[in-house]
Amino acid sequence: MAAISQRATLKPAPAQKRPTDWLKILTHVILIAGSIMFLMPFIYVVSTSLKTAGDVYTFPPEFIPEPIAWQNYPEALTAMPFDIFFFNTILLAVGRIIGLTLSCSLAGFAFAKLRWRGRNTLFFVVLLTLMIPTEVTLIPRYILFAKLGWIDSFAPLLVPGFFAENAFFVFLFRQFFMTMGQDLIDAARIDGCSFIGVFTRIIAPNAKPVFAVVAIYIIQNNWNSFLLPMIYLTDRAKYTLALGLRLFNEQYYSQTQLLMAASVFVVVPIVILFFFMQRYFIQGVVFTGSKG
Amino acid sequence: MQIHNVFQPKRLSFWESLNAWIFVAPWILGFLLFTGGPILASLVISFTHWDIVNPPQWAGLVNYETMFSDPLFFQSLKVTTIYALLAVPLQIVVGLFIAMLLNTKIRLIGIYRTFFYLPAVLPIVSVAVMWRWILSRDWGLINWFLSLFGVYGPGWLSEPEWALPALILMSLWGVGSGMLIYLAGLQGIPTDLYEAAEVDGAGRWASFVHITLPMISPVILFQLVVGLIAAFQVFAQPFIMTQGGPQNSTLFYLLHLFRNAFEFFRMGYASALSWVLFMYIAVLTLLIFRFSAAWVFYEGEIRNE
Repeated sequence: MAAISQRATLKPAPAQKRPTDWLKILTHVILIAGSIMFLMPFIYVVSTSLKTAGDVYTFPPEFIPEPIAWQNYPEALTAMPFDIFFFNTILLAVGRIIGLTLSCSLAGFAFAKLRWRGRNTLFFVVLLTLMIPTEVTLIPRYILFAKLGWIDSFAPLLVPGFFAENAFFVFLFRQFFMTMGQDLIDAARIDGCSFIGVFTRIIAPNAKPVFAVVAIYIIQNNWNSFLLPMIYLTDRAKYTLALGLRLFNEQYYSQTQLLMAASVFVVVPIVILFFFMQRYFIQGVVFTGSKG
Repeated sequence: MQIHNVFQPKRLSFWESLNAWIFVAPWILGFLLFTGGPILASLVISFTHWDIVNPPQWAGLVNYETMFSDPLFFQSLKVTTIYALLAVPLQIVVGLFIAMLLNTKIRLIGIYRTFFYLPAVLPIVSVAVMWRWILSRDWGLINWFLSLFGVYGPGWLSEPEWALPALILMSLWGVGSGMLIYLAGLQGIPTDLYEAAEVDGAGRWASFVHITLPMISPVILFQLVVGLIAAFQVFAQPFIMTQGGPQNSTLFYLLHLFRNAFEFFRMGYASALSWVLFMYIAVLTLLIFRFSAAWVFYEGEIRNE
């Protein structure tokens, strides 16, 4: 090893330095161009959302609107009960966070830290369900909830959460708990701590990052979720932001500036969450990819 | 509860097992009620005619036979397959390319990473609404950009030959999560491999082909499978942006299934569609895994779970 690195540094310094400098500049140039390309759609939409109706349809487009039509936002957001849509979305997110973190973390704990017959078989089933596309269960679930009289209520979206419907979260918790030492658990058991006590006093407090990752996943999925809320919720007073925006898209099809203001409004909470919680967003994604 | 039971891993404690079963009980119930049960139910329903309101009628294989005379079934299968074949590899190439750029030791890497990743977290309905405007023929951002080069852009969402490419282009905007996964993979490659290659006189391209690609091939395989499954679940984009048109050029499979189930209330036929899709995805995934042995390189058991 030492010989290799020595030989590498023996090379004449200038010959090696110049190409890397060039490459660094080139890399920055490509990255800046790429960043602009990735941000432009968003900038364009925000700029459209601040234009007057007359300024929207200009070509080439002006990116800085003049005058700035701030009133588009109150106008768009009062054209439909977006406050109710927002409240419903938050309500569903909170309900799903409670149900899914509770049920998935407990199952993950049993799979990771308890010794029982059937553990490996059942965990294999968990992994299998990861591969099942949602379409396959869509119709029977709908029929089940229709027969239960749950259509047009939040129950079809909330109740499965309390039954660990997300196999990926079970997997995520299990993988994280696996990395935690057994000694502490055994010590607590000797002191007379129950298994649920081990979970609430030792495992959970030491697993805050994974709870944060899962909670953020749930919020993001919930904001994103469209097909399921659409088939289960029919009354507008129960609409989520995604459903409300889709309705807005149909009714205000021609008023582009209002439509863009509404879609920016729907996006902003996630953008804010993203900037404050970026670490957890990234951890979640990286974990998915590397352990999958 | 005797203490010594805890320390005997070979003998299972009844109390511990009971606790474990209680902890996994919600998942087991959920699996039976919301996953396992529905999968079997959907197979049974696929052999019936059922509009939910009236009792189901046994149909045997009729629904599966209907598919062969349903031109929209073939159209949706074609659209979704073309989308998967183009969008998934493009997402891999673009995601990997950005990750490679970000894997160099340069400044501002955190800011770049944020910019590239941000679009991937945005809710899909908003993205669809926004992109309908961005892709607008006369006032859209894309055609403005093309006009800078003297290109007169098409009506992306109004011309049958451009609508699907437009959705593929749009999907590249969300390449950020894949990029993060590649970045993590790239950062896990030991640098001494590159140093050794450099000593042996390998250039950048050779290092990329012989070190980088093999080392992250498991990640690429994973992304390929995940991307494929995601491609077959595309729904909101065509539903909001094109309603499957023009001329069914963006009739994605799930959109076709959705219409049969929740607009025409043909639950039997829609269930048959879902089972065919399930099998189709399963076969494609198996094929990918089968042929992955040729190009996926595993470092050995240590890194395997």
